[in-house]
Amino acid sequence: MSAAREAVLGRVRSALADVTPTPEPVVPPITSALSAAPEGHVLDVFVERVEDYKAVVEQVDAEGLAAHLATLFEPGQRVVVPAGLPAELAAAVPVAVTEDDGPLTAAELDAVDAVVTLAAVGVAETGTIVLDHSAGQGRRALSLVPDRHVCVVRADQVVADVPEAVARLAGAVSAGAPLTWISGPSATSDIELDRVEGVHGPRTLHVLLVAADTVGPVS
Amino acid sequence: MSGTFVGMPVFPTAARAALGDTQLRHNLAHATGVIRAKRAKLVDEVEAAHAAGAPGGWEDLRLAGAAVKQRALDDLAGQLELLEESLTKAGAVVHWARDAAEANAIVARVAKSHGADEVVKVKSMVTQEIGLNEALEAEGIAAWETDLAELIVQLADDLPSHILVPAIHRNRAEVREIFLRRMKDVGRPAPADLTDEPKVLAAAAREHLREKFLRAKVGVSGANFAVAETGTLVVVESEGNGRMCLTLPEVLVSVVGIEKVVPTFAELDPLLRLLPRSSTGERMNPYTSTWSGVTPGDGPQEVHVVLLDNGRTNALADQVGRQALRCIRCSACLNVCPVYERAGGHAYGSVYPGPIGAILNPLLKGTGEKQTDSLPYASSLCGACFEACPVRIDIPEVLVHLRTKVVDGHRGDFPPKAEAVAMKGAAWAFSDASRLGLVEKASGLSGRVLGRLSKSAFPGGRPTAGRLAGPAVAWTGARDLPAPPAESFRQWWARTDGGTRPDSTATPSSTTTEGETR
Repeated sequence: MSAAREAVLGRVRSALADVTPTPEPVVPPITSALSAAPEGHVLDVFVERVEDYKAVVEQVDAEGLAAHLATLFEPGQRVVVPAGLPAELAAAVPVAVTEDDGPLTAAELDAVDAVVTLAAVGVAETGTIVLDHSAGQGRRALSLVPDRHVCVVRADQVVADVPEAVARLAGAVSAGAPLTWISGPSATSDIELDRVEGVHGPRTLHVLLVAADTVGPVS
Repeated sequence: MSGTFVGMPVFPTAARAALGDTQLRHNLAHATGVIRAKRAKLVDEVEAAHAAGAPGGWEDLRLAGAAVKQRALDDLAGQLELLEESLTKAGAVVHWARDAAEANAIVARVAKSHGADEVVKVKSMVTQEIGLNEALEAEGIAAWETDLAELIVQLADDLPSHILVPAIHRNRAEVREIFLRRMKDVGRPAPADLTDEPKVLAAAAREHLREKFLRAKVGVSGANFAVAETGTLVVVESEGNGRMCLTLPEVLVSVVGIEKVVPTFAELDPLLRLLPRSSTGERMNPYTSTWSGVTPGDGPQEVHVVLLDNGRTNALADQVGRQALRCIRCSACLNVCPVYERAGGHAYGSVYPGPIGAILNPLLKGTGEKQTDSLPYASSLCGACFEACPVRIDIPEVLVHLRTKVVDGHRGDFPPKAEAVAMKGAAWAFSDASRLGLVEKASGLSGRVLGRLSKSAFPGGRPTAGRLAGPAVAWTGARDLPAPPAESFRQWWARTDGGTRPDSTATPSSTTTEGETR
């Protein structure tokens, strides 16, 4: 198809014969007042906005995190724990399902009850958590197929707005990592613009917000 | 399979039929009203943050979004080469397609090379534009739409009528009926006790599609953005069907219009802030996925990207119209358009309806075909679309420009159009003072007659001319033309010496309002 390539690029060049490109990247404005707000307020807004999208948010002490995690599941529930999740968290779920012996098939993932992951960034203005799928976050399918996603976000991972999130994630993207931006559980407004939470992605999103610098992935 | 827009009537004909459908008008008015209110609230929120001392408001964000897309377009050849290089380095196979047929053939070839007789699809405007589903069907490959609205449209063998909410013309009762009747033919049937509650309907779609997601070998997507610097594609969605299609299959083919390029990852920022607010009226959509080629051990291990022209370079060559390629398919212009709200999306005869469709279709396809040529006129030029557009596409400017092109295309017609005859006549009259005087006399006479015969009047008392005969009948069918004044300005000036002589002559009633303004 190199003929098509040359044809398309040729047409583009001749269409733009009158145009001089701008080499400098656009620097977008900061639009959220949160960018100048104290950290405590940013966290409050993060909690409020994540809840706004019908997700469950709880603020937990780092010491009590594993014990609290254990209370979120019914006995016998099978929970996927991605590689790199701290051992005390992996130990807190009723039945841990791992990929130590090779990747789970989509059907196997469909048969588990929940998944626990860490996150890369939280965005207060939009109530978003972002996974870069590094250690402790699992490959993309793990946080997609199970019906319930429990996500542990550290306070120091929460930024005010999208510009800061993009800046923090640039390194991961340059290194080739995929990103998943999650704002609440899956949803649709396709029928009469009536918002329904819970379609194909996890129907329940449970965010645990813990104090800074205490929970990290293990290698 | 969904129907196609091929052979649709011109806009006025299709719009007349749509306007007669009261259910459609009810559904549209409700849906566009809801979404307009949601968007307005979030724009106000950004503005309020600005007023509180934050640098930059909604307008600054729009300017940044427009600048990013324009920067990419201004250097499109260079950006595309960079994108190709980054994608290839990231393990993706890059294909180029001049038109729909080439793109469809590439997708079919990839699917066949894996022995697939079905693909799962992320909602994508570009694959509708090229008629991919029909092309795959002809090759014996079933293409399953997985977005809820697209599923409704596909099951009903219907056409999409909105960019964001393709089934906006259907209400819940209609959706229930479609699911009950059709799901069983293509997979898991709808539960017999299905109600018309949106939550229940969404759950039925989840059950119906899950088996397709879990077994799918090949996924097909578009992309909202393609970052040249990093070879990263971006899909913005809500339901998680996109994530399913992008993650679970072994093979992924993404068809990407060449105008989707964004130079750097950092420059995605304003677009990610503008798109969800303008589109669904959310601060952020539930899911945004980005991926750069193949990620070892995560998701599809064979990734194809088809870079598609299909008329985009025609649009790019149009100095006024090229700004339309900044479009990020948010559909804010549809939701604020008084014409779209009443006529609905089908009347535009294209997968791109509404104000953006009225310019995009002629720009991509070129003018000269009847249906396409009717689209730039499907507007009152009120300007609401430009105000709502997150990337500042001056749609009214492009509409007027395209009307000129349509008219230019008929310069040599024989017999000439009525409009051309009228314009020639006007040129003849206005180019010579004595000719103008003659026309004014005739016009004053007809004004006196029409004024007396007139059965209706404008506020203020000036009579209307009523319905005209001949070629003008269509124009007055929906508008009131004022009856010509009995006396022209030049006649009045001569009679009163520019208003210095007392205006003793009683003027006929038809000029009352003019008299007041003198």
